[in-house]
Amino acid sequence: MNTLTDTISNGDKILEFSYLLAAIFFVIGLKLLSHPESARKGNLWAAAGMLLAMITTMFLHREGTPLVRIPSGNLAIILVAIVVGSVVGAVIARRVKMTAMPQLVSLFNASGGAASALVALIEFSNPDNQSALVTLLGLVIGAIAFSGSMIAFGKLNGNIKDIFAGWMSYVNLLFMAAVVAGVVFLMVTNAPVETQQVMVYALLGIALIYGVTFVMPIGGADMPVVISLLNSLTGIAAAMAGFIYQNQAMILGGIFVGAAGMILTLLMCKAMNRSLLNVIIGAFGGGGAASDREAGTVKEVSVTDAAVLLSYSSKVVIVPGYGLAVAQAQHVCNEMGKLLEANGVEVKYAIHPVAGRMPGHMNVLLAEADVPYDKLVEMDEINPDMPNTDVVVVIGANDVVNPASLDDPSSPIYGMPIIKAHEAKNIIVMKRGMGKGYAAIENFLFYNEKTRMLFGNAKDSLQKLVAEIKSL
Amino acid sequence: MDGILDFFYTNKEAIFIIALTIFLGIEVISNVPSVLHTPLMSGANAISGVIIIGGIILVGHADLENLKEGSHLLNLILGIFALLFGTLNVVGGFVVTDRMLEMFKKKKK
Repeated sequence: MNTLTDTISNGDKILEFSYLLAAIFFVIGLKLLSHPESARKGNLWAAAGMLLAMITTMFLHREGTPLVRIPSGNLAIILVAIVVGSVVGAVIARRVKMTAMPQLVSLFNASGGAASALVALIEFSNPDNQSALVTLLGLVIGAIAFSGSMIAFGKLNGNIKDIFAGWMSYVNLLFMAAVVAGVVFLMVTNAPVETQQVMVYALLGIALIYGVTFVMPIGGADMPVVISLLNSLTGIAAAMAGFIYQNQAMILGGIFVGAAGMILTLLMCKAMNRSLLNVIIGAFGGGGAASDREAGTVKEVSVTDAAVLLSYSSKVVIVPGYGLAVAQAQHVCNEMGKLLEANGVEVKYAIHPVAGRMPGHMNVLLAEADVPYDKLVEMDEINPDMPNTDVVVVIGANDVVNPASLDDPSSPIYGMPIIKAHEAKNIIVMKRGMGKGYAAIENFLFYNEKTRMLFGNAKDSLQKLVAEIKSL
Repeated sequence: MDGILDFFYTNKEAIFIIALTIFLGIEVISNVPSVLHTPLMSGANAISGVIIIGGIILVGHADLENLKEGSHLLNLILGIFALLFGTLNVVGGFVVTDRMLEMFKKKKK
């Protein structure tokens, strides 16, 4: 870090100015991204900021004694790496199916975390680097974000099952303590450089394992929380690395993303009426506080009856959940919606903030199926309308419509805001079987007087319904 | 105590920036409709790929002439990976966000 005034060139000044611009572009970009009309423009602003910072760094950044710009040989390597990374990234981003969006976001997040961890790892061995604390923080946070996101990717992709056992919370805490202890030790130790090098690799290993044990027990409806939390961590890791280089664009961009991600995380927690700590420690996991209430019997409905009921309603609300995504039934769902509308039925979709496996999952899924987005109504808006709704169709959703959250204080989801499907005049629940939701709690909606179950794969059921409605 | 005060004093600008940036982040994101949760998250995710700048600096100033010395080669390789991962995050993130938003847009009318 050479900060002597007499060695500062105009190039350096331009570089710093470009970082300021890039940071401003990020802020404008994210601001625009938070409004539907301007969202796309916002994304371009942020991308432009990134491109600007990349180009000026390549051509203007100076380092070493004497200060030198990046030599052409190195520049060539950089360009090749960027081109390869860009092509791979763009192809994956373009090709992957819209339904695989949660996995994809996790995958990209993992790669960002890995990049931060690698940069910090290399910088730790750089004797000129004076900022050991931020380097170590960048290393561990980046590593946790990487391995955590990879586990999240595996879960969303269906390769990894949720594993939860009570003792895992303790293992988790143990690893967390080990990570903190490792960082503290490396900060205060006077051990020779070689020993420190070994230790830093050990710390990296522990942080990677912690990322795994941290995300492993979290699943199902908690997924949106954990995904946005991991996102936030990647931002913080990038900011830490930014401190190493005293690079304003990295610091600002990273912290900004970290703060924004944290807000989204808390928003998701609020949607479940749970604290962040509660999600991380994993207090769900198999209802210890199961209710003793008699479950009762469920009543099934035939496809024909369901079709008749729907066709002769005036107001239908569809409540989609993760099951809709798993069955890839969004297109046929929209087909049914349109068909009903052609018959003069008013169709709306009720979106719970944590339905699905990432924030906004249902919105993306239904948008892909061309459902107009003014048909997607948020929970708080649709709830007052429920008593006037003729039929609610619950497709692959469970906990987000469980009335136990309203009237059963012993239920683990007590207090979580839900879509009040039980207030509608009729309820049709499409479900594969009588399995319980993620929270592993009985759903008394299924035993409600007004509820009829339509068992089977959501896509098959919807297809049959569509055929039946057409033939009416 | 002195240590903490010193740390604050020497890093006062950075600490100012962080504090204000956190508020800015909170302010910018609050009241986002749930329709935009996914694109917002994925756009923010792309911005966190700003670590790519670190990758550029690392690889840019790697000593290509003395690769055999010490851990230069290892560092160069790790640096290239950092650059690759960073680019993947940035480009993939922005492209996928754009694709999502395009999807939202086309049925706006």
